[in-house]
Amino acid sequence: MHNRVRVQTTINGEPQEFLCEPRQSLLECLRDILGLTGTKEGCNDGNCGACTVLMDDRVVTSCLVLGVEAQGSQITTIEGIARGSELHPLQRAFLENAALQCGVCTPGFIVTAKALLDREPNPSEEQIRLWLANNLCRCTGYDKIIRAVEQAAQEARA
Amino acid sequence: MKTQEYSVIGTRPIRHDGADKVTGRALYGADFQMAGLLHGFILRSPHAHARIRRLDTSKAAAFPGVKAVMTADDFPQVPERLVDLGEGDTPLSYARGNVLAQGKVLYRGHAVAAIAATSVHVAEEAADLIEVDYEVLPCALTAPDAMREGAPILHDDLKTKEFGEQTSRVSNVAEHFRHVMGDIDAGFAEAEITVEREFNTATVHQGYIEPHNATALWNNDGRILVWCSTQGAFVVRDVTACILDVPVSRVKVTPMEIGGGFGGKIPVYLEPVAALLSKKTGKPVKIVMSRKDVFEGTGPTPGSYIKVKIGARKDGRITAAQAFLAYEAGAYPGAMVGPGAMCVFAAYDIANVVIDGFDVVVNKPSTAAYRAPGATNAAFATETVVDEIAEKLGMDPLDFRLKNAAKEGTRRADGPKYRRIGCVEVIEAMKKHPHYAAPLGGPNRGRGVAVGFWFNVGLPSSCTISVTADGTVNLVEGSTDIGGTRTSIAMQAAEVLGIPAEDVRPTVVDTDSVGFTAVTGGSRTTFATGWAAYEAAQDIVRQMKERAAKLWETDAASVTMERGVFRAADKSITFQELAAKLDQTGGPVVGRGAVNPRGVGGSFSGNIVDVEVDPDTGKVTILRFTAVQDAGKAIHPSYVEGQMQGGSAQGIGWALNEEYWMNGSGTMMNSSLLDYRMPTALDLPMIDTVIVEVPNPGHPFGARGVGEANIIPPPAAIANAIYHAAGVRMDRLPMNPPAIMEAIWKQRD
Repeated sequence: MHNRVRVQTTINGEPQEFLCEPRQSLLECLRDILGLTGTKEGCNDGNCGACTVLMDDRVVTSCLVLGVEAQGSQITTIEGIARGSELHPLQRAFLENAALQCGVCTPGFIVTAKALLDREPNPSEEQIRLWLANNLCRCTGYDKIIRAVEQAAQEARA
Repeated sequence: MKTQEYSVIGTRPIRHDGADKVTGRALYGADFQMAGLLHGFILRSPHAHARIRRLDTSKAAAFPGVKAVMTADDFPQVPERLVDLGEGDTPLSYARGNVLAQGKVLYRGHAVAAIAATSVHVAEEAADLIEVDYEVLPCALTAPDAMREGAPILHDDLKTKEFGEQTSRVSNVAEHFRHVMGDIDAGFAEAEITVEREFNTATVHQGYIEPHNATALWNNDGRILVWCSTQGAFVVRDVTACILDVPVSRVKVTPMEIGGGFGGKIPVYLEPVAALLSKKTGKPVKIVMSRKDVFEGTGPTPGSYIKVKIGARKDGRITAAQAFLAYEAGAYPGAMVGPGAMCVFAAYDIANVVIDGFDVVVNKPSTAAYRAPGATNAAFATETVVDEIAEKLGMDPLDFRLKNAAKEGTRRADGPKYRRIGCVEVIEAMKKHPHYAAPLGGPNRGRGVAVGFWFNVGLPSSCTISVTADGTVNLVEGSTDIGGTRTSIAMQAAEVLGIPAEDVRPTVVDTDSVGFTAVTGGSRTTFATGWAAYEAAQDIVRQMKERAAKLWETDAASVTMERGVFRAADKSITFQELAAKLDQTGGPVVGRGAVNPRGVGGSFSGNIVDVEVDPDTGKVTILRFTAVQDAGKAIHPSYVEGQMQGGSAQGIGWALNEEYWMNGSGTMMNSSLLDYRMPTALDLPMIDTVIVEVPNPGHPFGARGVGEANIIPPPAAIANAIYHAAGVRMDRLPMNPPAIMEAIWKQRD
């Protein structure tokens, strides 16, 4: 057994401590140690975006971050997006626009889109496409995802 | 029922599994956890073709943390027989041999041995200690290569089946078949223009975002429990049972949520291995593929060599058509050239046709279905040639297609005669669309069109529905939901019961808990499982009428039901009110539906696409894209549009970027999602959709499966657009910048 390292973080607003092997990615820590399986693995090399989380408000692919690197940081995962029992406007917009089919890329898209809207409340279609190029979806052709983000942005401004 | 009378069909309710999927709560296969779980890893071949001289796992087995190691020799060696892999029968030795290689490896990535350990990292480290001595053999990587005299032979026991007869010829051609209709020579003699072209298309992958996964527990009562992401839980059950040589009732498969499939999650790769590792260790074993494993070890769709020749009269009538289709099956026979041959001229009414199909094994991963498998390759060829003839005749390409379009009564060369189909309506909708008349708006731009056809396969589906006292119902079904089918199926039950879609709660259950249900594939789920739900709901209505009759002390035959209200004489009661009275009228009400529809229907699809070709780099930009498809009756229009947009995006990727880029020794050089370049949000425009509704005579609501036909036209439509933009006729996929530049330079010379 490899020596484990104690890591202290804040995840979805709650202080969270865990032990991990130095070689384990943040993605593994979230999924296998903390049971936060909403963050998905699609490629494990930073190219699909299914494992996207926010780390101190930066968009990161958690498969490319080591668990030990999360020491002292604030992490937001898909499990932390809804406001209690209320869906986040982005989550609602994804449902109303049928912006998911299989749904496995959806957590990553919602996390990336949230980071975009937090920075730019009124993004153009081009800006949305540029930001979401971080995330691969093989089911939807992106059309309904773009529209969902546009709708969520509009509602947030209203 | 008339269209306008529907109250649920055609509306756009929120999907039932939606909240779970936008909050991260939905559990996919890799999310499955269990106490005592061990993690598996599969060692794969570094060679495309090699004999395994020696395989020694002893050092790996002794590595700390390793609990078990296995190879193909651990599988029971049972007599050869055919097993149903979900989309056709295959010899058991092939199915088993693809799960773990025996004696020989047939492609790079072929599974050789498996390890169960306390963590995936330990298993991966231990895999390095497995010693394999390979005798590397020459490989054959394309259909023309493998068909050549003296080509390396993959299977010493594979003898060509020709025109339905088994020959004694050992070769890489598993099968050569031919469809003949009319008199091909007379047809070409009548033609005033004939165009013949050759095409090559690269191997491409389905590209689902979720890698394959399976967890298995060989329980202490001898039952094998499996949790996995699959398009067909019953197929996994049956194939796992066959490979492990146990009765099917010993295996229970629980389908977890699935992160995309597109045909690629029908084959069984991991489940029998996880099960046997569990038997050896007494613990549950989970195996999750890496992305590289997915590319190198799971079914891509065939690369192909295609020759198409079409002749027409000057008035625009096609007189003859001939096709030669050689598809790469990968390591084991089954290249989906059959459906390719059925679809190659499926959009047209042609009197004289010859189609030759070749199923050719090559040293690449064993191919699997991919959305309308076989049809996209074929349509790329046909629709390009059709476009060229229309241009040479000076006819509008849609008018030329309309003049030759298949319709009710048209016979395809492979035999069947169409019942009511929507080919003409789809082409007319394309013609009418403002996109078709819009100005291109700049230089180096061109517009292309193409059409495609795909079936509804039918196959068995089962459902049960039970009525709840609050007037809602629980619907139990066996179809994996990949794209919103819980809802499209529930809506069909809701329509019959006269209750809102939200009042039907659909659940996809394990193989112990519902009747046999075939794969989510073949554009069949909304069509066939929806039909089973329709039947189960009809069963509920019948029983509820009896309950109302009992309440009113009348005859059940005198009770009617419309929009959820039961009536007899002057009495009436709503579905909800009656549901509250089940206890006093005889107890629970449970309905059942089990169907095995024949594949009546099928869907036509068409694209209009505008591209800009950069004359200096060969880069193609998709400026505008319109997808038209016949849905028969769109049950949930948003998800119909979603299928059309998704299929279009995959078709665009296939057309422009995607390919297995192989080196000469059969190694895929781009086995990551960085280098296997699937379209991103930035690569695509909005994808406009037009749903055409020509009701399917073979479905209670007229629905046609819409999952597949939409991927067929994009490569051809884009090729035609490229021609009109840059003046070059593309004859290979992908049409990436090097291919375009090569064509442009060749034309300049």
